[in-house]
Amino acid sequence: MATTHGIDTGGRAPALEARGLTVHYGQKRAVHDVSLVVPTNQVVALIGPSGCGKSTLLRCFNRMNDLIPSARITGEALFRGQDLYDDAVDPVEVRRRIGMVFQKPNPFPKSIYDNTAFGPRIQGVDGDLDSIVERALRSAALWDEVSDRLRDSALTLSGGQQQRLCIARTLAVQPEILLMDEPASALDPIATQRIEELIYRLKRDYTIVIVTHNMQQAARVSDYTAFLYMGELVEYGPTDTLFTNPAEERTEAYVTGRFG
Amino acid sequence: MTPDTPRRHFHDELDRLQDSLLEMAGIAERIVALAAEGVLTRDRTVSRKVIAEDDRVDELEVSIDELAVELLALQQPMARDLRLIIATLKVSNDLERAGDHGVNMARAAKRLAKLPPLPDLPEVAEMADMARGMLSDAMACFVARDTTRAREICLRDDRVDNLRESLFRILVTHMLEDPRRISPALELLLITQNLERIADLATNIAEDVVFLVEGRTIKHNVQDSDSEDEVAGEA
Amino acid sequence: MVGVVALAVLLGDVVMDGAGALDRRFLDSFASRFPERAGIKAALWGSVWMLSLTALVSFPLGVGAAIYLEEYAPRSWVTRAIQTNIANLAGVPSIVYGILGLALFVRTLGLGRSLLSGALTLSLLILPVIILASQEAIRAVPSSIRQAAYGLGATRWQVVRMQVLPVALPGILTGTILALSRAVGETAPLIMIGAVGFLAFTPGSVMDPFTVLPLQIYSWISRPQEEFRALAAAGIIVLLAILLGMNAVAIVLRNRYQRQS
Repeated sequence: MATTHGIDTGGRAPALEARGLTVHYGQKRAVHDVSLVVPTNQVVALIGPSGCGKSTLLRCFNRMNDLIPSARITGEALFRGQDLYDDAVDPVEVRRRIGMVFQKPNPFPKSIYDNTAFGPRIQGVDGDLDSIVERALRSAALWDEVSDRLRDSALTLSGGQQQRLCIARTLAVQPEILLMDEPASALDPIATQRIEELIYRLKRDYTIVIVTHNMQQAARVSDYTAFLYMGELVEYGPTDTLFTNPAEERTEAYVTGRFG
Repeated sequence: MTPDTPRRHFHDELDRLQDSLLEMAGIAERIVALAAEGVLTRDRTVSRKVIAEDDRVDELEVSIDELAVELLALQQPMARDLRLIIATLKVSNDLERAGDHGVNMARAAKRLAKLPPLPDLPEVAEMADMARGMLSDAMACFVARDTTRAREICLRDDRVDNLRESLFRILVTHMLEDPRRISPALELLLITQNLERIADLATNIAEDVVFLVEGRTIKHNVQDSDSEDEVAGEA
Repeated sequence: MVGVVALAVLLGDVVMDGAGALDRRFLDSFASRFPERAGIKAALWGSVWMLSLTALVSFPLGVGAAIYLEEYAPRSWVTRAIQTNIANLAGVPSIVYGILGLALFVRTLGLGRSLLSGALTLSLLILPVIILASQEAIRAVPSSIRQAAYGLGATRWQVVRMQVLPVALPGILTGTILALSRAVGETAPLIMIGAVGFLAFTPGSVMDPFTVLPLQIYSWISRPQEEFRALAAAGIIVLLAILLGMNAVAIVLRNRYQRQS
């Protein structure tokens, strides 16, 4: 039974909620009976050793697990109180409201402009694409560096810039929630720091769930942290509590580096 | 034998930190015991022995500070490890001051020995006993991570404060009765002040034990539900 | 090394034989009993029509099938069976396709001995090759790009059309062009269909009778007169030129593809 410290959602429906969420890939159980609440405009970090199911859990929230044929999901994943896996819900629509940034920067082999504009374009937005692109690139703290070369290929950017472009690309469709799967793990320390600062600023307007294997990053960046082990939620609570005085033995052992 | 992982090295260093702290505690306790004995037996030589010991206490405090800062910067300790390092820093600070108070007491004892003796004051011996006992018990709790006994130590501090107040009244009375008693009485006042401070420091150490084990601060009368329950139970 | 030398010798021989006969008149005249008046105009235009028709039929079908198999088909035994069969079909001798074409297009569907029958038959022949090459190119598109596109809320078709195909296209085109260049050189199935060796006009519509370059060359070789040998050699040069041209385009495309990835 997991330890969940009190989470205050201020009386509103939480941005995201998992209730008894279980994910199987064929016979293998990747996530088992996880329940947690993600409050609005907060950053929640998912930590745990490799293979503990944190990425799988993350991908439940934007139905990316649908793309894996052998995946079976039971339990509930709620977005503002609505079940994401209800039959009436269109996964494409889900992904427009809940965006994702991946571990390895994956810009399209197109121009910086076209990368950022892709999301709005496929949604059929025919307003002023230029201003949408600029706003997204500004929000991702990339505008100053690329405003004079928007037509250049995205592949000419550095790793850190590419990742910020991927963030801009996601922001361009104006999601409410950002899911980030180890966004800085392929980047150098300076680039990592910029991503972390960006997350801190984005918190004002978005709700963010970030998977990270770097505990210090989780400690720096998040308001709440969930520790997963072998698919189960061991402990979930305010970040400062989890890192200074965790309730569970296993959490203590993990954050002090005694395993994993 | 070089450790084969940085984490193993870190835990070795934590052990080294603890060893230094315990060495420091032993010496501080000895200083307090020697000084108290010096007061009670009117021994003039005690201050010299005590000062030498206190130098070692100061050395240890510096080395603990340095090692703790290094571990914090380089190892990013979390949870219990983090609380241990912080508690060690605080306790080391308290022990160093306890040593200094012991030195002050020893010097006062030396001066007292040259002055005419005062009528017997069993309260002084009781106070010295309690202060020494609290210090030694607090360190024992630290080693054993015993928070129940640590909380009890905090309660004993009231008795020490009461003793000092009574001794203050008694000594003032003595001073008013006979002007020749003023000098020795003043020295004794100083000594009781130092003893009271040592008891306070022992209380600090006991509070640090609770912080270390439970992650809670019970200093400065911050609400401590556990000890409140105990007090309520007794009443 | 021996193969290259042998090839060089053969080519040299052909060029020597045919260079003399290769001129404007040759390209512009129809076949004739008289070597000095014979030309490959009918065959050349026949090949061009055949190539275009075949491309028109096989390219969309082949690429469409590849897209379906790679992006849409569920992982079931049915899909696996289809995949295996396509791979096998790529290795079937072309004459078998000729027999199939004769029975299906010429006779059953009543299209007669026309360009259309020939083009449909050749399409069947090269379809497996196009499908396999296209699948390969589609598979080579990194899955990270698909993931990113899906993550932004793209439908499957949007992902395919806007991200996968643009990246896979050079590979698909390369495979298609190579398949088509094989079709240009095919003789046996077209003989089965009923291409003629002696034709005095260029095709006017897809239902017309036709001839193609390899066939014309073959029919000239079979003639007793010595002069026809030179004509055949000239025909070979023309055919080789077309093939080399197509392969060159394929190579250029492949280089661009590699530079991109």
